[in-house]
Amino acid sequence: MLANLINGISLGSVYAIIALGYTMVYGIAKMLNFAHGDVIMVGGYIAFCSIMYLGWPPALAVIAAMVVCTVLGIVIERLAYKPLRNATSLAVLITAIGVSYFLQNVALLIWSANTKVFPNIFEKLPGIPLGDTTIAPVNVITVLANIVIMIVLTLFTTKTKMGKAMRAVSEDKGAATLMGINVNRTISLTFAIGSGLAAIAGVLLCTAYPTLMPTTGAMPGIKAFTAAVFGGIGSIPGAMLGGILLGVIEIFGKAYISTQLSDAIVFAVLIIVLLVKPTGLLGHKVHEKV
Amino acid sequence: MGTMLKVEDLQVYYGSIHAIKGVSFEVNEGEIVTLIGANGAGKSTTLNTVGGLLKARSGRIMFEDKDLHGVPANKVVAEGMALCPEGRRVFQHMTVLENLEMGAFTRSNAEAEETLEHVYELFPRLKERYRQVAGTLSGGEQQMLAMGRALMSRPKLMMLDEPSMGLAPILVQQIFDIIVDMNKQGTTILLVEQNAQMALSVANRAYVLETGRITMSGDAKELAASEEVKKAYLGG
Ligand SMILES: Nc1ncnc2c1ncn2[C@@H]1O[C@H](COP(=O)(O)OP(=O)(O)O)[C@@H](O)[C@H]1O
Ligand SMILES: [Mg+2]
Repeated sequence: MLANLINGISLGSVYAIIALGYTMVYGIAKMLNFAHGDVIMVGGYIAFCSIMYLGWPPALAVIAAMVVCTVLGIVIERLAYKPLRNATSLAVLITAIGVSYFLQNVALLIWSANTKVFPNIFEKLPGIPLGDTTIAPVNVITVLANIVIMIVLTLFTTKTKMGKAMRAVSEDKGAATLMGINVNRTISLTFAIGSGLAAIAGVLLCTAYPTLMPTTGAMPGIKAFTAAVFGGIGSIPGAMLGGILLGVIEIFGKAYISTQLSDAIVFAVLIIVLLVKPTGLLGHKVHEKV
Repeated sequence: MGTMLKVEDLQVYYGSIHAIKGVSFEVNEGEIVTLIGANGAGKSTTLNTVGGLLKARSGRIMFEDKDLHGVPANKVVAEGMALCPEGRRVFQHMTVLENLEMGAFTRSNAEAEETLEHVYELFPRLKERYRQVAGTLSGGEQQMLAMGRALMSRPKLMMLDEPSMGLAPILVQQIFDIIVDMNKQGTTILLVEQNAQMALSVANRAYVLETGRITMSGDAKELAASEEVKKAYLGG
């Protein structure tokens, strides 16, 4: 029971970190970046190669993954999405799916379809005994990372000029432009932050579930997207709440109901929440213009 | 009194819709100039083009002897020109103070703080409500916020698009009083209004816009007295 709860919160924290990328990008660009999950996978591979082939220490590997993913996020936005700024949302969605397959296939070319076993980078850290179980270090670090990221992002968007500008752009690009805000640069920054976070999520995910292949990011990506919608897309605390609830529901579903059905349960909960509250748990409704 | 804004033969299209068909006008330093015209005449299109939100097909926009052609939209405000857009467009989910801070985006923090005091003097209501989320303000308060936000960039030229829209008469009077105050304190004003009577009563000069063309122009008092304007825009 307790062990399941801890695993659920930990998995949910990974979903939350991924969901933040979805939510921030959706908030600002009003698009679902379906390639976001695959950026996680790239982050996993970069960290894997840095540790296994280059012999770098894990901390450096995480930084390398973040740098590569951040740049990747900016490049994807520039090349694939920016030319479609005024296109229909369906065209953007199809492009995003295309980018997702593109990344998976490039990964297939570079790293082949063979599953890589991700090293346990927190091996040397002790677990924390709690009642009759022990909390694995990866779980502790995942939850802590999630909390730190949430606090930093909340401070960024409420206390800094750039962060406030980001919120302004997500509300009204025209009005933000009139303020002197560079909308394109702000969108780039959002993709950069979301993708950098995806790298962290990738490393944490691969450490907890150490199989790495080109499709590794797909399912967590969809789950995290679900979490973002569940919590209220566009809302940072919503991503956190949605992610953790989703992780807990998934693990409990696996443990007490059925391993096969756990994903179905997750999506059923989402559907019920959206029926009752279409904007998600913490989403605010879009104000009509006066 | 030098010419602050000079617009020459502006042509603006929405796709194949020809919205502005060769509009020319100028605003001199220290003036209040108003563009009046019926709904759909092209007033907002003109302002939005000058403010950089829309691109002109051809024509020239000179601000203080600088050609604004090729200046990116987000750099226009730094030139000293602010647009308070139609429908206010305050950031609904941000607080009053955050909205004002966004208005000073191109300014240093020290400048922003100084201007904030000035804006609070002009709009004491905004000071009272600085922590309130803008979306919960009344229409009149949102208009004050939109104007205060535009002022935060310390513009030499302030463009206002229908500031009186949807407001109760007593508030309309208040908003116009503030426009006159801003002007007295040194801000040149380009005012777009459907409420022609009010606009003409505060303006020095006026242009009448009809389906994308300027059909009349001149001294505001004289235009207000002319039969054509009375009939078309002043209800008799
Ligand atoms: N986004 C748009 N797309 C197409 N046509 C537009 C758009 N905005 C305005 N128009 C058209 O341009 C003309 C001028 O509109 P506008 O400048 O908003 O007028 P006004 O502000 O004087 O009421 C109108 O005929 C209007 O229908
Ligand atoms: Mg208009």
